[in-house]
Amino acid sequence: MTEQLYYEDVIVGDEITPLVKQPTTRQLVMWAGAVGDYFPIHYDKDFAQSRGLPGVIVHGQLIGAFLGQLVTDWIGERGSLRKLSCNYKGMNYPGEALTFKGKVTKKYVEDEHHYVECRLRAENSKGEKTASGVAIVILPSRG
Amino acid sequence: MEWEPREYEIEREMIRRFVRAVGDPNPLWQDGIIAPPTFILAIGFEQFVEGLMSLAPFNTVLMGNTELECHQPIRRGDVITAVFKISSLREREGQMGRMAFMTFDGSYKNQKQELVAKCRQMIIGY
Repeated sequence: MTEQLYYEDVIVGDEITPLVKQPTTRQLVMWAGAVGDYFPIHYDKDFAQSRGLPGVIVHGQLIGAFLGQLVTDWIGERGSLRKLSCNYKGMNYPGEALTFKGKVTKKYVEDEHHYVECRLRAENSKGEKTASGVAIVILPSRG
Repeated sequence: MEWEPREYEIEREMIRRFVRAVGDPNPLWQDGIIAPPTFILAIGFEQFVEGLMSLAPFNTVLMGNTELECHQPIRRGDVITAVFKISSLREREGQMGRMAFMTFDGSYKNQKQELVAKCRQMIIGY
């Protein structure tokens, strides 16, 4: 496990260590089972094509979960993720490498909690932004 | 429209299955005692989608956005009550014919009636 991140360690403009994921169709099936999302555009190529898609697509919420992983990896055991938003802007396809990135946009203290806000994005292998989001986390303070 | 509240008892294997599906190696959730914040997406989603499709049998549904608000971590043994309701609906003609933009609010409480999370999602159906 990485070292605990503290509020005082964070500077606006800091980049979060990127996370790379390459979901396979197998992973999409695992996700479908784990959350109960059985819509066939995520595992049945013929069905997906009959709906005008080039093939099966990655579940939007799985992209959201990857962004969650990016943030929880960064904030460590004593950090807490309070808000996570994700806008799905483009299709993601299995087999494609996706990179998840984040950048600190704001830090502030409110009601004795130390908040950090980050802007998040998912990029496909062509560098196109397929999702964007915002996370608000609480970090421990060195006091 | 509002879905009937429904209870979900959180078992260790549900958490572990979710963590394996994400491929998240974080040691915090490997033993299935504490769930990662996005685990909320797994609670009640199946019943929610069934309700949505019986309401309007769309050809395709795509997720537009997700906004998750986490109040406290979910743990093994929690009994989570989830309620979903439609908070806004608008329709317009798009390149795929009539498209519906539906915003749903999910609210999740634990067995002590404490709010654990809220989740707002926009779904596009056509």
